[in-house]
Formats: sequence, C-alpha cells, structure tokens
Amino acid sequence: MKTLLIGEYREGKLLDVTYELFGFAQQLGAAATLLLVGSRGALPECDGVCYLAEAESVGEYNPDLHKQLILDLVEKEQPDYIVFVHSSYGWDLAPRVAARLKAAQVSEVVGAGGGAFEVGCCNAKMRRRVKPGTARAVLTIQAGAFPALKSGGSPEIRPISATVESRVSFLGYQAADARGVDLGRAEVIVTAGRGVGKRENVPVIQALAKALGGELGASRPVVDAGWVEHSHQVGTTGQSVSPKLYVACGVSGAIQHLAGMKKSEFIVAINKDKDAPIGEVADVLVVADVMQFVPALTARLS
Amino acid sequence: MKLLVCIKQVPDMESRFKPDSRGTWYHEEDLAWRMNEYDEYAVEEAVRLREQLGEGAELTVLSIGPERVGEAIRKALAMGCDRGVHVLDADAAQRDPWQVAAMIAAHAREKGYELIFTGMQSQDRGSAQVGVTVAEELGFACATTLVGFSYADGAVTAQRELEGGTKGVARLGLPALVTCQLGLNVPRYPTLPNIMKAKKKEVQAVAAAELLEEEARAATTSFHAPAKKGGAVVLEGEVAPLVDQLLGILREKTALLR
Repeated sequence: MKTLLIGEYREGKLLDVTYELFGFAQQLGAAATLLLVGSRGALPECDGVCYLAEAESVGEYNPDLHKQLILDLVEKEQPDYIVFVHSSYGWDLAPRVAARLKAAQVSEVVGAGGGAFEVGCCNAKMRRRVKPGTARAVLTIQAGAFPALKSGGSPEIRPISATVESRVSFLGYQAADARGVDLGRAEVIVTAGRGVGKRENVPVIQALAKALGGELGASRPVVDAGWVEHSHQVGTTGQSVSPKLYVACGVSGAIQHLAGMKKSEFIVAINKDKDAPIGEVADVLVVADVMQFVPALTARLS
Repeated sequence: MKLLVCIKQVPDMESRFKPDSRGTWYHEEDLAWRMNEYDEYAVEEAVRLREQLGEGAELTVLSIGPERVGEAIRKALAMGCDRGVHVLDADAAQRDPWQVAAMIAAHAREKGYELIFTGMQSQDRGSAQVGVTVAEELGFACATTLVGFSYADGAVTAQRELEGGTKGVARLGLPALVTCQLGLNVPRYPTLPNIMKAKKKEVQAVAAAELLEEEARAATTSFHAPAKKGGAVVLEGEVAPLVDQLLGILREKTALLR
C-alpha cells in the first residue's frame, strides 16, 4: 500500500503536524512519500522521498497550484491514499484534489482498519465508519489523533514545480492579536462555554475564576457571540493551555477546544449534558446546571 | 448579480443520538431541527452582500432534504434571501458529500450565479467537503473558513482563519465560492414582519431525481457512540452536596485549595 502525504508549512516553518502523517502511514502499514510546499532550510526529519516545491516561488497558499502539484505526483506515484491533516490547509485543498481524481474523500479520520476509517460526527458525540468506494481515496486526519513519527533521518529531496492560472491570489498573513490575557501562565483557568446561556452570566464564571485565583477562559461560541474577548479563547484557534486546574463551565467539548486544553493537569467539567464530549477528557464531570452550581461553588470558596 | 447560499438543516447538537434501523446514521425521532450553525453565518454574509448590491441583485437559498427542511429555507428567506430552492430528497442523509455537492452543482450550472456561500461544514456530518467540491465542479475560485469577507470592484477579499489565531488573506476573482466559519458576522434574528414577508416568497420545489446523477463514492458502514475511554468521575444530584463532593476531590487531587 502506498500513501502520498501532504506536509504542512507556514510562514517559513515546517509544521509539526506533518509528522502525524507519518504516524498515520505507519499505523496503516503503508509506504510513505511526502509532498511539501516548503523550503530547503526547513526540511522534515524523515526518511524516504520528499518532493519539494519551493514556497518562495509557488506560494504558501495557492490552492489551485498546490492541487496541480499533487495531481502531477499522483499520476507519477500512483498512491492508494493521498493524506492531508484536517487543518485550514488540508480541508481547503483535499476536496479539490478528490474532485479532480473522482476519488472518495474521508474527512477527519481518527482511526483506521479493514479498509475503512473511523470519523467523528455530531459535534464529536458520535462516530461513523466510512469505507471509500473508489480504488484511490483522499483522507484528512484529525490533528492529534495519530502519534507524531519523527525518524530523525534526512529525506531524499526531489524538486517539483508547476504553473497554473488561478483566480485566487494570496495577499498575506495577519498575526493574532497579541494584546490581552496570557492564559499560558495561569495555574487555574475557569472557562465559560455556550452553556452559560447569555452574556450577563459571564461574570458568574469570572467570579469563580477569581475565587480560585485563576483566569477566565472562553470557548469559541462565547467569543464569537462577543460575550468575552478573543484573547481568552482556548482551543486550536485561540490559546493552548495546560494549567494545574481547568474548570470547563457549560463547554460541550468540540475537538478544537479539547485540543487546546486536554493537557491540563486536572480537569473539572460542569455540564448538564452527561454525554457531552468534554467528559472524555475530564477528571470530574459534574452533571448540573452551570448557573446553579457555579454560584454555589464560588460562595463556598469565598 | 445572482447569489446563492446553500444551507443544511441539522438536529440540535445537545440531542441524544441513537442509530437508525440501518445503523448508518441517527434515528430522526425526537430530534429538534435547526439551521446548521455555520450556514447561519453564510446566510447573514450573503444577505449583507445582497443589501450592499441593492437593486439588480438576487439571492437564492438552496437546501436539500425532506419536507422539514422547508422550515430552514423559510428562516433564510426571513433573514433576507429573495427566493428558495428546495431539493426534495427524503434520502438526503444517505447521500455522501460528493453526491450532495454534485446535486448542488447540477442546480447551479448555467444559472449564472457569480458568488456562492456555504457553511464551512455541517454540525452533524462535519466533512467540510461539499462547498469546495461544488466550487471544483463549477470551476469557481474558492476559499474556505472565512472569518472576514468583503466585496468590491468585482473581487472578494477573504480573510481565512488559520490555526493559532493567525489569518490568511486572499483575493478571489468571480465567479467564486466561499465557505463561512463561525464568528464571520453576527447572524440576525428574523423580525416578525420579515417572517410574514418570507411566507409570500417563492420556494421552488425540485425533485432530487432531476439533479442526482452521480453514484456515491464513499459508504457509511456504521454509526455508533465512541468507546468511552474517559475515566471521569461523574457527580450527579442536588447542588449543595455536589459542591461538597467536588471540593473534597479538589482538596485531595490538587494543591490549589487550602
């Protein structure tokens, strides 16, 4: 079995998730060839062949061109699976490749076996097994689902390039807002999730954070709704944290949130939904209404 | 200028999901339905562009599914879409993302849409494939995961959300398709007068068979709950004793409480 792995590179750096692709290929028991739009100055520490297109000349975000590079290589290498990370890069590019190849795509794979793939659904509460019905398939793997495999070797570089017409042009990056709270230093984080109900309830969560000597965190929906400002956001698109104590109040536990806090030393989740995925990473799950439980807890602490 | 927004109706994610009789998707009984959250942002952004363009612009909302989907279409019409297309498909849940995309592309082809909006993914299936695949099939420029959108001088400026809070900005020439991320805007609540107005708007019914020509490329073989690996201590009951129990555990397991 052969896999073509699509590595990730951004703002001049190789992204570590690239190594998870190798971990996945190993779990499949498949041979791995890497395609990277990157640079010679930031090569992955891996064995085997790495087809390299210079980001300097083909651009870091240039989906029509990156698609063409992949299609050319698929023609040449005839892989069984073309594997991306399920990331802003992978989910943007993978369906374009699958469409051109008329191949099945399976998204956000968390497990594999018997020619089928396990994927999450219903906000990570449930799982599906999906079997590609085409000889060749495109996969995106969930970040963090497979172990990173860094062989420490140096790949055999084969330069590649392509030119295409595209109506998409990349204008540049905008850095995350650096102002605001640095959750990375907090020993205790108390996070408000959608389950707090409304903006007016956020101070109740803040009061618990204060009583525990910690900082206020927020899940994405709470930030999107404008209840709490973005520097408090925990998760893939916010801050990744690992405090001594993490208290998730009314946080359902979307995978993007879990990825940002599951390394916390001790996790308490307060949620009225006993099946909420946050229970998967919590040490203690308190099944209760946040707005009843949190004030009672705060009162006992002060 | 013709605009299209594609929406899906999904169950409330706080529901308890049970496998259906085939064991490949959820049982629909006892579920409350709503518009896919990502699509609410897509509808809002499309309506804002519709308002920016004024006279001469027309915004169509399309959804695929059984009768109940009409409710989501009405909501989009009440938010400001001009007309609806309901692709009546009792078996929509059995289609794979490729088939869904191919049906949308079959509808959109030669209709003259210049801009298509979709959510970046559905909350229930979450494949994040349909929008991009529609763009590929139609030969549209495409960018995903938008947290910023503007349109001027025949081009879209798209702010894409990347990991770690960084954003990538791209310009797209028309025709184009964008997939919308949560937080792109603040979706409006339909007002009562607009809900009344929406009832008079045209919703064209299209039989799925007219658009469905493609075979599925992937098959779901099982729908199930994840194996519980979490070893969480579950505390249930009255609030006051729960507080005591939790404080006891925190004193024992962490060094944070005196």
